[in-house]
Amino acid sequence: MGYTVAEKILLAHSDADHVEPGQVVMVRCDVVLANDVTGPVAFRQMEKMGTSAVFDPAKVVMVADHFAPAKDERSAILIKRLKDWSLAHGVVFYDQGRGGIEHTLLVQEGWVVPGSVIVGGDSHTCTHGAMGAFSSGLGSTDIAYCLVFGEFWQAVPGTIQVTVSGEKGVFVTGKDVILAVIGQIGAGGGTGSVLEFVGPGVQSLSIDERLAVANLAVEAGSETGIFPADEKTAAYLDGRTDKVWQPVHSDPDASYSRRIAIDFDRLGPLVAKPHNPENVVPVSEIVGTPIHQVVVGNCSNGTMTDLRQAAQMVKGKRVHERTRMIVVPATQEIYRQAVKEGLVDILVEAGASISTPTCGPCFGGHTGALAPGENALATINRNFKGRSGSPDACVYLGNAFVAAAAAIAGEIVDPAEVAS
Amino acid sequence: VIASGKAVVVPGKNIDTDVLYPGIYLNIDDPELMKPYLFDGLDPALRDQLVGDTVLVVGENFGMGSSREHVPLAMKAWGVRCVVGSSFARIFYRNCINLALPAITCPAAVEAAKPGSQISVDAAAGTVTVDGREFVAAPVPPFMLEMLERGGLIPWAQHKLARS
Repeated sequence: MGYTVAEKILLAHSDADHVEPGQVVMVRCDVVLANDVTGPVAFRQMEKMGTSAVFDPAKVVMVADHFAPAKDERSAILIKRLKDWSLAHGVVFYDQGRGGIEHTLLVQEGWVVPGSVIVGGDSHTCTHGAMGAFSSGLGSTDIAYCLVFGEFWQAVPGTIQVTVSGEKGVFVTGKDVILAVIGQIGAGGGTGSVLEFVGPGVQSLSIDERLAVANLAVEAGSETGIFPADEKTAAYLDGRTDKVWQPVHSDPDASYSRRIAIDFDRLGPLVAKPHNPENVVPVSEIVGTPIHQVVVGNCSNGTMTDLRQAAQMVKGKRVHERTRMIVVPATQEIYRQAVKEGLVDILVEAGASISTPTCGPCFGGHTGALAPGENALATINRNFKGRSGSPDACVYLGNAFVAAAAAIAGEIVDPAEVAS
Repeated sequence: VIASGKAVVVPGKNIDTDVLYPGIYLNIDDPELMKPYLFDGLDPALRDQLVGDTVLVVGENFGMGSSREHVPLAMKAWGVRCVVGSSFARIFYRNCINLALPAITCPAAVEAAKPGSQISVDAAAGTVTVDGREFVAAPVPPFMLEMLERGGLIPWAQHKLARS
């Protein structure tokens, strides 16, 4: 019996001579990541383990993104602790103004190559599966163990094969692919599994869009979402990394726990209604829902692709008087490119506010919290109750076209109507 | 591993990490200081039931979402001895095992438990007893059982460091 991509990567990173779903193996890490929320908790756990030695500082990266720029003194202390620890241990630290949102940043900076294993103290570490890696979000005690020993325990997951086919519609993006999957299998439907994306439709998804797809794999309960490396992956990595890599593909006789199909020919823009990402409906079903805040950004959809889509929708128009629009470029490089391309000018002219890269408005930490009774349409990954501020607010999830269109209309609308 | 306590029932399925511990309080890294915010987005009154040794009784896909270890850290700080659930989200489950907080899958026991029920769990035997009635739980895989028996990932790491 052959292996899936996930099984092959785990086999290559463990001492096992065979792997099968359910088997627990110790997996070696190529990159260990933490942020200003999860890093300091991990450092405490490391102290309890009785060591301050890092297994390989060259494989460790710390990013200040959640409460950065520091929203208060307590946050500033955490960020300082992250920075001091990083300097003391000789690991790479991306401070505010030098990096951005961790997952977009690590891919951009060439930390992630196909076939590698990335672990992070952040559930959206699954994003890196977009590059054909096995990437996994872990808690802080796990991260502490990884910092010391460079490995973590992992029950080998099953693999759900997602075959994407058809021609992508004008206002349809990777976000709609993953929302369709979550709607189909549910918020717990991927537990104990990875999602593997294959089929002719995958070719039409840029790396930016694949990041969005993989990013929301955890919202189906999955370990990660993997795109086996192809020409797009290779082209993206060209000149971006000096790491040596080989593409990893599933064997033809690999065993899958489930197979599902997504057909672009039958897929329009989707929205996930409050308060669970599995509440997925076509935009057409909820047009007219008033929207008080739009956020374009975060680790799933703060890429150049998203900013271009948002700018295309709002160009020459004004954000509705009922609505605030916040745009968060995911990294400094994206921010700068958006300035160069004139996107920032278009967005600001329309009445959007541009934020420095931060996770703040996504997780309700700062800069963009919602009041009771307000509705948001955001390109983020979670619409849990209270996720972005008041528990009496509602968050709808959608792609950057849908979000920007809602900003102009002041309500949920088919993006085609705003564009015409 | 045997754990017992008074049942605190957390109703509903797909209870996510954000209602269990809202993001705004994530800039806290000391478990004692996390305690006042556990269940804050769900039902703060649940905290009033966390007196003495307790066992949380939870529904399907409990703990979905974030990797924030603040949730099980705060639970442990409150004296929660075990979590008995219909099913668990992956990272929450890992975090519990790593902190030696048994997360036991047993839908029948969840069905039977009421607030205040006396619950005891034998992870190795795979049983959950609710007010004297015994239920068979999903077996805890050998690796996770060993992790629980050794007191979690911190003693596991200490042991490994001592050997090397």
